[in-house]
Amino acid sequence: MEIFLTYLKVFAVGGFVCMLGQILINKTKISSARILVLYLLIGALLEVCGAFEPLKKFAGSGVTIPIMGFGSNLAKGAMEGAAKSGMLGAISGGLSAVAAGLTVAIVCGFVFGLIARSRSKKF
Amino acid sequence: MIERKEYQDYVSQNAPKSPMLRTLVAAFLVGGIICCVGEGIGDIIKLIFKEMSEKDVATWESCVMIFLGSVLTALGLYDKLGHYAGGGSIIPITGFANSVVSPAMEYNREGVFFGICAKMFVIAGPIIVFGVTVSFLIGFISYFVV
Repeated sequence: MEIFLTYLKVFAVGGFVCMLGQILINKTKISSARILVLYLLIGALLEVCGAFEPLKKFAGSGVTIPIMGFGSNLAKGAMEGAAKSGMLGAISGGLSAVAAGLTVAIVCGFVFGLIARSRSKKF
Repeated sequence: MIERKEYQDYVSQNAPKSPMLRTLVAAFLVGGIICCVGEGIGDIIKLIFKEMSEKDVATWESCVMIFLGSVLTALGLYDKLGHYAGGGSIIPITGFANSVVSPAMEYNREGVFFGICAKMFVIAGPIIVFGVTVSFLIGFISYFVV
């Protein structure tokens, strides 16, 4: 039963976060790159305020799978790096924290760009 | 000549509207399901690798989600989902993977260098630039404040 409740929370919070983005899209015709940047900044801001940790405890992947999780990781990495190894840590901490995800995305982009063909008929 | 205001009213009347309720429900359902899939992958990783730290599980989870998003994009399925779900498919991390892989596939006609490698970052570029800059500023400030 407990696992059901966990997934319900993940579903509700994750869905809600995406729905807010959809409201923005509907109201302002904002482009997807801007939406992603906006959510990234919100995630970083929440992390700095210390509000992201309790949210993560409550909803798990519901807040970390949306791109806010990416922003929060960047901010958290930079702060932890600054605390641990000074200025160099502050500079390298952010990217090191998201390096795994970024690497997977870039390698996948390159490989699939080579082998897959786009199906949208724009030409 | 028509007034600016009149023209804007005309445009907003005739511009294609995304039906509010339907798109919101679709975004909610798809976004929620994608997050649940992520949670499920995290739980499976936890079951297999019992000693793994919470942080490593989360990192693996997002790596797997990015990979899945890339595969679905390569198969042409993610863009179909995006057509239906809008924000529900853009905002999760799989949408970030889609924004990298989709232009790479689209522009592979223009060659490996200036097609795939350069155009890969058409959407992801601003995200990475903003993210890195903000994380540097946060680190810089926290170095002096804390």
